[in-house]
Amino acid sequence: MKFLLVDDSRTMRNIWKKVVSSIAGTEVFEAGDGLEGLKQITENGPFDVMLVDWNMPNMDGLTMVTKVRETDKKSIIIMCTTEAEKPRIIEAIKAGVNNYVVKPFTPDTLLTKIDDTLKKAGVGQPA
Amino acid sequence: MTTETVQINPTIIKAFVHSTKNVLSTMANTQCTIGKPYLKEKNTSHYDVSGIVGFTGEIIGSVVISFTSEMAIKLVEQFTGENYTADSDYFADAVGELSNMIAGNAKSEFGLTAGISIPSVIIGTNHSVARMSDVPCVVIPCETPYGKMAVEVNVKCVG
Repeated sequence: MKFLLVDDSRTMRNIWKKVVSSIAGTEVFEAGDGLEGLKQITENGPFDVMLVDWNMPNMDGLTMVTKVRETDKKSIIIMCTTEAEKPRIIEAIKAGVNNYVVKPFTPDTLLTKIDDTLKKAGVGQPA
Repeated sequence: MTTETVQINPTIIKAFVHSTKNVLSTMANTQCTIGKPYLKEKNTSHYDVSGIVGFTGEIIGSVVISFTSEMAIKLVEQFTGENYTADSDYFADAVGELSNMIAGNAKSEFGLTAGISIPSVIIGTNHSVARMSDVPCVVIPCETPYGKMAVEVNVKCVG
């Protein structure tokens, strides 16, 4: 299962990487903003799951998600952000995210969120 | 600044208290004790490491999360599982992300439409951060097992 982690904080990407690496058979790619994220998709995509931050320089996560959904309806996208207000969450869902997790969150919360989203999408994790 | 011009929104201060405790507890497994907030008079930072996040929209201004170096190093270690020195890029990145989460988490309690900036981090003794002069800067002192930090709130509602 291929993951793309998009956050301008290397710290968060490292934490997420540890979390998703605990899922068997994962391949992990990273990007520091939405533009880099789109580039990763062009060069190494498609990805099964993308974890995307909202507030990033150059291109924010919402713009990236909107652009991804123009051509890719299949990849699972989970927005991981400090943006916790309801209108923001609705905006992200309208843009095409499958799920949403508000920072701060523990590694267990993220893992559960990924698992729930995969199940909801009918995607099983590899053994 | 006269007493008449000082307007402090308690909802905003409470939001920063909640978010600071929540972020430190969730991301760094660290409990903090909040002291009595007070008004800050100088622009000089409290401690050597400052994470700065700006606000836009119906609330404008900034919050500075100021840590002692020793405290920040230990907090970052709790957060990342890595022992970075204060001159490491990873250290500044981690301080910025903690500051980002404290600001973003507080914002969700304001009940206002607002955005936050990408965090900036300043490291150095006696550095200064320029602030809006027409609103007070409220300092929320925090004590953790690793040392002291201060959340300096300098914002005003314009919505």
